[in-house]
Amino acid sequence: MDEDDLLEAEATTDSDRRAELMLGALVCLVVALLLGMFAFVIYQAWPSFSHNGLSWFGGGGNVDSEIQAMFNSGASLARPVYAFHGWPLIWGSILLVGGAVTIAFVCSLFVAVFVVEFAPDPLRRVLEPVIRLLASVPSVIYGLVGVFVLVPFIGNHVISSGSKASVSGIITLNGYSLLAGVLILTVMIAPVMVAVFSDGLRAVPKGWIEASLGLGINKWRTVWKIGVRAARPTLIAGTVLATARALGEAVMVGMVCGVVSFAPNPVDGWIFFVEPTRPLAATIIAFIDDLSSPPMRHTLYAIAAVLLLSAALLSFGGWAAKQPMKRYGLRT
Amino acid sequence: MSAIELPVPGPAPGARIRPPESPPWRLRDRLGLGLAWLLGLLFCAVAVAIVLYFLVQGIKYVRPELFVTNPSVNASTSVATGGFLDPLLGTLLVTALAMSIALPVGIAVAVWLSEYGRPAALARIAESSIEMIAGTPSIVLALFGVLLFESPALGFLSRMSGGVVYGRSFFAGAAMLSLVGLPLVVTNVRAGLQAIPNHVREASYALGKTKIATTRRVLLPAARPSVLTGAMLGAGRVIGDTAIIVVLLGGTLTFNSAGSVPLLSTLQGTGATLTYYVFYNAPTGEGNQPGKAYAAAFVLLAIVLALNVGVDVATRRSRRLRWSS
Repeated sequence: MDEDDLLEAEATTDSDRRAELMLGALVCLVVALLLGMFAFVIYQAWPSFSHNGLSWFGGGGNVDSEIQAMFNSGASLARPVYAFHGWPLIWGSILLVGGAVTIAFVCSLFVAVFVVEFAPDPLRRVLEPVIRLLASVPSVIYGLVGVFVLVPFIGNHVISSGSKASVSGIITLNGYSLLAGVLILTVMIAPVMVAVFSDGLRAVPKGWIEASLGLGINKWRTVWKIGVRAARPTLIAGTVLATARALGEAVMVGMVCGVVSFAPNPVDGWIFFVEPTRPLAATIIAFIDDLSSPPMRHTLYAIAAVLLLSAALLSFGGWAAKQPMKRYGLRT
Repeated sequence: MSAIELPVPGPAPGARIRPPESPPWRLRDRLGLGLAWLLGLLFCAVAVAIVLYFLVQGIKYVRPELFVTNPSVNASTSVATGGFLDPLLGTLLVTALAMSIALPVGIAVAVWLSEYGRPAALARIAESSIEMIAGTPSIVLALFGVLLFESPALGFLSRMSGGVVYGRSFFAGAAMLSLVGLPLVVTNVRAGLQAIPNHVREASYALGKTKIATTRRVLLPAARPSVLTGAMLGAGRVIGDTAIIVVLLGGTLTFNSAGSVPLLSTLQGTGATLTYYVFYNAPTGEGNQPGKAYAAAFVLLAIVLALNVGVDVATRRSRRLRWSS
């Protein structure tokens, strides 16, 4: 090897090292952006949390009138009002996301099993692209379906005029409701879940399924006890993904759940399901034009911080739930 | 002791051998199977209903002139009229801009994760960061974007008047939307790179290629279908996002340029996208023009459908390319 070759080799490894450093720097930048987001949002949110303490998460106030007071005080700036009790929003989020994820999880699991193991071939060939299409339909389109189809239906046929009159002093029941939100949210996140679940079911080693079938166990039991169990890490991953989607869905939920921040009360009987609500994310969208008023701004960032931390917690929870499955050698 | 086994009474010679009867399924198993069929068919029905519904409404309300006129508000009656030319162009513009950020960054991150990944701690942090970005609600990204782009340092990316930075522009929206598309690009490209067997890399090294040259000349071209899939899935999410658009694009239905330089001023200015147009014209929005909302939703759905067909073609092509291992 003469000197030129050596020099060239050195130059190329140099460029290689440079490339690695540059790529690594870019990765660090992305990580820093994420950390920066946490820092900035929480910093902006801090005044709201520090003025309210733990009562931020408590109930006992009307969120809408509190926000009105906050907005009015923002004009003078001498005495900013920060009082805020976010429980109705949090409760709305819990109900909506909990309801939608529960329904969607059960349905998606069965649909995924059906698509992967039981659907006749022609149907399967149609279903797979359709699932992917439904998973990528913009949420505002689902919201439009909700507003034009589901909300009028609930308003006109599900709610009797008697029950409308019974609560007329407190809220108007006109179809914009928890029920509409849960149903539309379910339709929105179910395809995401089905897509992830069926990928997981397909990745189960064929030998495991065949071994079970060979032992004379019928196909349903085999799929249920071997396939679904082996796909548990993917079930968790899909659920976490879909929950994050549902939690952060602002525009569509704001379209179908109504505009008042009311906490649906289970004591009301079955009217509970048709009462309006407004979860955390939809509240941010509803008051986004008021960012210029400082107390409003801090409060909206506080809501965003709660959402961000819940999303982080969710992601961590998914990771933690997958840990005990690792020792079975399951694919994660 | 019966060393000699008695002949089992088998089928008579010449008779057809039948497989052993499997015992009848238990009720629970049958119920489960029935439920799977039921829900599977219900899922199909919902899908068909949604697509048919928008097809019918789309045919009813889509008019050619909607594509060539701009939305405008009649000052006397304050009724919104006109079509959605600018929102349609806005969708294309903001998606192109967002993907032109997300695609290179996403490919770079995926290459680093799959080919370098040292130190391992950083790799793990980067991996969970990407996962976290995927899980971050887009409304939170939007609020973070407001903070970033209202800062004077980034004021040149939006409108400025008297030292106050407006912070809403196509640049701001696209920058935040790129974070929506980024995780999808990273996951898909990474999966594509990892599917390439190691002997391909080793063959390239044996020819004296460096790692980065191997990546650029061998691995990325081989992973092109996954890059394409990631890009299209990312674009699909970006097109469908509404929250970031509502917050960061300024909420003007037409392009509202911020200066006089042709393209740059448009990007610094505010505008709308189809998702915002649908949101605006829904009964809950300010416009409340159901026909317009349906027409725009139909066009939006058609774009998403086209992207999906594209993804399908790309994955089929990647299936054709098989590595012998």
